[in-house]
Amino acid sequence: MSAPFRLAQGGRIDRARPLGFTFDGKSYSGFAGDTLASALLSHGVHLTGRSFKYHRPRGILSAGADEPNALVGVGRDQTRYTPNLRAPQVELYDGLVAESQNRWPSLSFDIGAVNDLFGRFLPAGFYYKTFMWPRKAWDHVYEPKIRAMAGLGRAPTAADADRYTQRYAHCDVLVVGAGPAGLAAALAASAGGASVMLCDDQAEFGGSLLSETTATIDGKPAAQWIADTVATLRGRANVMLLGRTQAFGYYPHNSIGLVERLTDHLATPHPDMPRERLWTLRAREVVICAGALERPMVFPENDRPGIMLAGAARTYANRYGVKAGSRAVLFTAQDEGYRAALDLARAGVHVAAIADLRPNPDGELPAAARAAGLNIMAGTTVTGTRGRLRVSGATLGRLGLDGQVGQSQTIACDLLLMSGGMTPSVHLFSQSKGKLRFDETIKAYVPGQSAERERSAGACRGIFGLAAAIEDGFARGEEVAQAVGRAGGAVTRVAVTTLAAAPGVHLGAAPHDRDAATVKAFVDYQNDVTAKDLALATREGFRSIEHIKRYTTTGMATDQGKMSNMNALGIVADALRRDIPEIGLTTFRPPYTPVTFGAFAGTSRGQLFDPVRQTAIHGWAADHGAAFEDVGLWKRAHYFPQGGEDMHAAVARECKAVRAAVGIFDASTLGKIEIVGPDAAEFMNRMYTNAWTKLESGRCRYGVMLREDGFVMDDGVVGRMAHDRFHVTTTTGGAPRVLAHMEDYLQTEWPDLDVWLTSTTEQWAVIAVQGPNARKVLEPLVEDIDISAAAMPHMSVRQGRICGVPTRLFRVSFTGELGFEVNVPADYGRAVWEAIYQAGLAHGITPYGTETMHVLRAEKGYIIVGQETDGTAVPDDVGLGWAVGKAKKDFVGKRSLARAEFSKPDRKQMVGLRTRDPHDVLEEGAQIVANPNQPVPMTVLGQVTSSYFSAVLDHSIAIAMVRGGRARIGETLYVPMPDRVIAVTVVDPVFFDREGVRLDA
Amino acid sequence: MPETAAIRQGAFDQLAARAAAVTFTPCPPAARFVFRGRPAGFAAAGDAFGVALPQTACRAATTGSRSALWLGPDEWLLLAEDGAVAAIEAAFADRLGQQPHSLVDVSHRNTAVEIAGPAAADVLNAGCPLDLRLEAFPVGMCTRTLFAKAEIVLWRTDAQRFRVEVWRSFAGYLWGLLDEIRREHAA
Repeated sequence: MSAPFRLAQGGRIDRARPLGFTFDGKSYSGFAGDTLASALLSHGVHLTGRSFKYHRPRGILSAGADEPNALVGVGRDQTRYTPNLRAPQVELYDGLVAESQNRWPSLSFDIGAVNDLFGRFLPAGFYYKTFMWPRKAWDHVYEPKIRAMAGLGRAPTAADADRYTQRYAHCDVLVVGAGPAGLAAALAASAGGASVMLCDDQAEFGGSLLSETTATIDGKPAAQWIADTVATLRGRANVMLLGRTQAFGYYPHNSIGLVERLTDHLATPHPDMPRERLWTLRAREVVICAGALERPMVFPENDRPGIMLAGAARTYANRYGVKAGSRAVLFTAQDEGYRAALDLARAGVHVAAIADLRPNPDGELPAAARAAGLNIMAGTTVTGTRGRLRVSGATLGRLGLDGQVGQSQTIACDLLLMSGGMTPSVHLFSQSKGKLRFDETIKAYVPGQSAERERSAGACRGIFGLAAAIEDGFARGEEVAQAVGRAGGAVTRVAVTTLAAAPGVHLGAAPHDRDAATVKAFVDYQNDVTAKDLALATREGFRSIEHIKRYTTTGMATDQGKMSNMNALGIVADALRRDIPEIGLTTFRPPYTPVTFGAFAGTSRGQLFDPVRQTAIHGWAADHGAAFEDVGLWKRAHYFPQGGEDMHAAVARECKAVRAAVGIFDASTLGKIEIVGPDAAEFMNRMYTNAWTKLESGRCRYGVMLREDGFVMDDGVVGRMAHDRFHVTTTTGGAPRVLAHMEDYLQTEWPDLDVWLTSTTEQWAVIAVQGPNARKVLEPLVEDIDISAAAMPHMSVRQGRICGVPTRLFRVSFTGELGFEVNVPADYGRAVWEAIYQAGLAHGITPYGTETMHVLRAEKGYIIVGQETDGTAVPDDVGLGWAVGKAKKDFVGKRSLARAEFSKPDRKQMVGLRTRDPHDVLEEGAQIVANPNQPVPMTVLGQVTSSYFSAVLDHSIAIAMVRGGRARIGETLYVPMPDRVIAVTVVDPVFFDREGVRLDA
Repeated sequence: MPETAAIRQGAFDQLAARAAAVTFTPCPPAARFVFRGRPAGFAAAGDAFGVALPQTACRAATTGSRSALWLGPDEWLLLAEDGAVAAIEAAFADRLGQQPHSLVDVSHRNTAVEIAGPAAADVLNAGCPLDLRLEAFPVGMCTRTLFAKAEIVLWRTDAQRFRVEVWRSFAGYLWGLLDEIRREHAA
C-alpha cells in the first residue's frame, strides 16, 4: 500500500523492513523505526481521536509523551490490550492492531459530537452546577450515565497474559534522558570509572538530536555523533544503558522509579520475556536531562486535525521521513518555529505563510527563512481555522500597534504548525521536592533550590540551544563524577554548528477579533478546556491555580498538563492581572507518563502474590483429600471429607472419632519461641499473667499474655524444658506479633535480663494425637519416654525419641481428651506422621482438620484469642481470671487490670448459649438482646462469638460475650434474626465433660 | 587460519551459557544454631564451635565445614555439617559453662539454596533491595534481609555465588519467584 506522504529518502526508518498494521480495522503499511503516529501520517491520516467532552475530531499534535489527542488502544486481543497509549510513543511492529477511542459508532461519524453543538451549555463546572437535584437522581440516573460517558479508553476485559518483572539497583550516577545534554553528561560522569546508568524513554538514544539534519557536532553530523557517543558509552564496563525506559517518579533519598518496556515493540515476543521491568533505582547523584516540550499557541479553533506542534512536524519529516501535510502555515512566537518551516520546505512541503506574533523577528533563523523565500508575516495572529475532519485553512490577522486585529485574510493549508515557546520538563525535579523558580525571559519555571542530590542539565533547566545544552551536560557530568569521587578529568569539548534561536516566547492566549464568549480556543486538548473556561473560572471567583485546575479539569488526565499548564497559567494571570508566580503552580505528581498496574505488581500475582506457607505434613493432607483453609499465610487442613461428604458430615465424623477413639491433627503452624537464659523464668513472669518461677522442668502451663492496656493479646501452652529454657507456643496468627512484643520489652525495658528469644515455629512439626486411644497409639513408637498416666501426667513434657528421631513430647489437650502433641524436627514431620497414622489404624485413628479442632475446643469452652476476644477483653471477661498471678509483683498489663472499669459486673463475659431447638445453629456475630420486642435500635447485650453443631452432644452449641453474662446463667435471652427471633438459655460455656476427667485418663 | 580456530563456537555453547546464567541448587541438610549471648562468652563460643565468631557487622567466617554468620551485635547463625547437633551442644555446654547464653537448634527451621552464576546478583535484586554490587556486598558478607515478601539470610560465598537461608515454609515461594525470574535470563 502506497504511503503518499512518505518522503523518498531520509529519516531513521529502515526502508528494507516494511511492516503492516491496522488502525480501526483498516490496513496500513509502515517501516521498522516508525511509530504508529508517523506511519499513520505517512498515509495522510491525522484524524486519530475524539476529544473528551465535545467529541471534536482530533489529530496528532505532538511527537512524544505530551500527546493529548492521539490516544489509542493497542493489542490484538483482550489479554494484551492496553488503552490510552499515545500514538507517537507506540513503536510499530508487524501485525500491530490499534483502535481509536471515545467515539461511536466511528471516528469520522461520532454521535457524541452533538456535545460540541451544545457546548455553550457545558461550561466549566458543568457537572457541579447541573447534577445537583434531586438528590436521589445521583444514584440512579446521573452517576451511571455520567460514568458511562466519562473516562478515556476502555479497560481490557480479560486477565493480562503478559509477565512483568522488577529490579532493585544502585549506581553512582543516574542520567535521565539521552538527548544532547544527557549523552554529554553520561560521557563526562563515566569518564573516571563511576558507575553510570543512562535511561531514555525512546527506542533510540539521541533525544532531540534524532530530528536534527543540519547541525554538526565535533565536525560530524548529529546522527554520527550520537552513534559514536553511544558506542563509547557501550564500550565502558561501568556504564549501563537503558533504552525504552521512562524515569516516571522521583522518590525520597534519590530513589527513582523507572519502567523499561521490553516487548511492546516486538511482533512475536519470546514467551519467557516479561513485558516490562520496573526498576527501583537508588543513585548517589542524579543528572536530569529531560529536555523541554514545545508549547502550542492558544487561538480560536486550534484543535482541528492537521494542526500540530512545529517541532513535531519537523521530527516527522527528519526522523521518520514523513511530510505531515502538503501546504503548511506556521503560527509562531519564537525563532524555534522557523527551524520546522525551513526543514519542511526543504522536504518539499509548500510553506504558504509564517505568521509571527512578534513585530520584528530578526534572528538567524528568520533570516534564513527569508533567504529561503518563505513568506514571513510579522505581527500577525491566527484568528480562526476551517475544516472539519482536517484543517483546510487559517485566518491570519495583522496586529495593529494597539494590539488590535486589523486586516485579515484566509490562507488555504492542510497543516497548521504552532510554536509558542519551550517549557522545560521540570517534572522529576519538582517531584524531588526541589523548589521551582519562574524565569521571566523564557516565561517558564526552571529548577531552583534542590532538595535531593540531583542537578539538571540542558533544556530542562532552561538552557536552550544545542551548543549550550551539550556544554551544560559535560559540566554537570564532570561535577557528579567529582561528587562521587571518580573524577575523570575534563572532557574534551566539541564544536557545534547550528543556527541559533533568539529568546522570545508567548504565554497564554493569542489575540483575536472573534467573540470571546463563544469561540473555542483550546488550552488543554485532552480535557477540552478552553481559554473562556479559564476566564469563567476566574470570574466565578477562583484565584488559586490548584482550584482552577479542579474546577475546569485543566492539566488533568493522562498527559497531566504537559502541554497546557503554562498557557493556563498565562491566561489566568492575564485575567486576574497578577504575576504568574502569584497564581501558584500545580503539583507535579508521579508518574510522568502512565505506568501499568502490571509493572507495579511485578511477579506478585497468582500463586506468587503472597507466600503460601505449607507445613511439612501438607503433602500428606493433600494426598488424603483435605480441604484447606487460609490462616494468615498458612494453608491448613480444614477437614478431610470422605466419599462425597460435605463439611458438616466430615466434621461430625471427625469429632466423634476423636471423642470415641483417637484423632490426628497437624498443629505445626502454632507459633513457637524458645526462651533461653538464666533470667528466662523472670522474663516469663514479666510477660505473662501466670507465675512461672515454681514451674518444674518437664511441666507445662497454659499462659495468658496481655497488652499493656490489660487486654488479652495471646495465649498458649508453655513447657519448661530446663531451668533456663522455655518452649513457648503462641496462636498461629499471633506468632510474629508475640515475638516482636517480647523483643520490644526485652530490648527497651529490660536489656539487663540475661535471656534471649529465638523463633522455632518452623523447627518443629507438631502432630497432635488426641482421644482415649492416644496413648495406645504412641506407646509402641516412643523409645525412651514413659508415657503412662502415672509417669507423664496431663500438662507435662518429655524429651526423647519417637520413630527413631528426637522429639519434644507434650502431654497437652485442646480437645478435652487424653492428648499428646508430638514435636519432631520438621524435616521428619511427614515420616513420623505417617508412622503414627499407620500405628493408629488399629485404634481407629482419624485425621481431623481445623474445623473439628474448633468444635472440640468449643465443646470444652476453650477460647480462641481473636474469636472470643476482640482486643477489649481482660482475662476475667473470658473466664481466665484464674490464670492471673495475683501475688505477682508485676507483669505487662497488671496495672491496667486494676482499673475500676475492668471489675464492673456488667462487663461482657463469656457464657454458653443453648437453643431450644437442638438443630438451631446460631450465626456467629449475631446480636443478643433481653427483649426482642423493644423498638429498634435495640439495647444489645452482647454477641455470639462461636457457634457449631456438636455431633457428640447432638445439639447446637454456642459461646457468646454477654453483659453481666455469668450472673445471667439460667436466663432466657433472644437472638433476633432477619426472619425470626431465636430464644436461647444462658449456660456455662463448658458443654462437655465439665469435670475434666477425660483429660487425666 | 589460527584466528578462526580461536573463535570456533559449538552449537550448544551459547545455549549452555544462557542456561548457566544462574543456577539454583538446594543446599544439603546442615546443623544450624542461633547463638546469642554476652560479649564475655563470645570467645569461648568460638572455641566451642571451632570458628571464631566474626565481630565485624554482616561478615561470615568459615573454618572447614563450619561457618559463623554475624546477624547482630549479640547474634550469630552457626552452620555446620549435618549430624553435628549433639556434639555442638555438648561443646558449648562444656566451654561456656555458666556464661549466660542461648544456643537454639534451628537445623530444620531453615533450609537453604545456593544461587550461582553471572546473573546471580541480578536475579536476587529482583526481590532484594540491597546493593549487591561486589564493592558494596563483598564476598563473605551476610545479612538478614528480604526477598520480596520472605525474610532471608543472604550470604555471598563467592563473587558469583550466594547462599540464601530461609524458613522452610517459605521455600516454595522463594523457589517459585526465583524460577519466574530465571525465565527472563533464559529468554
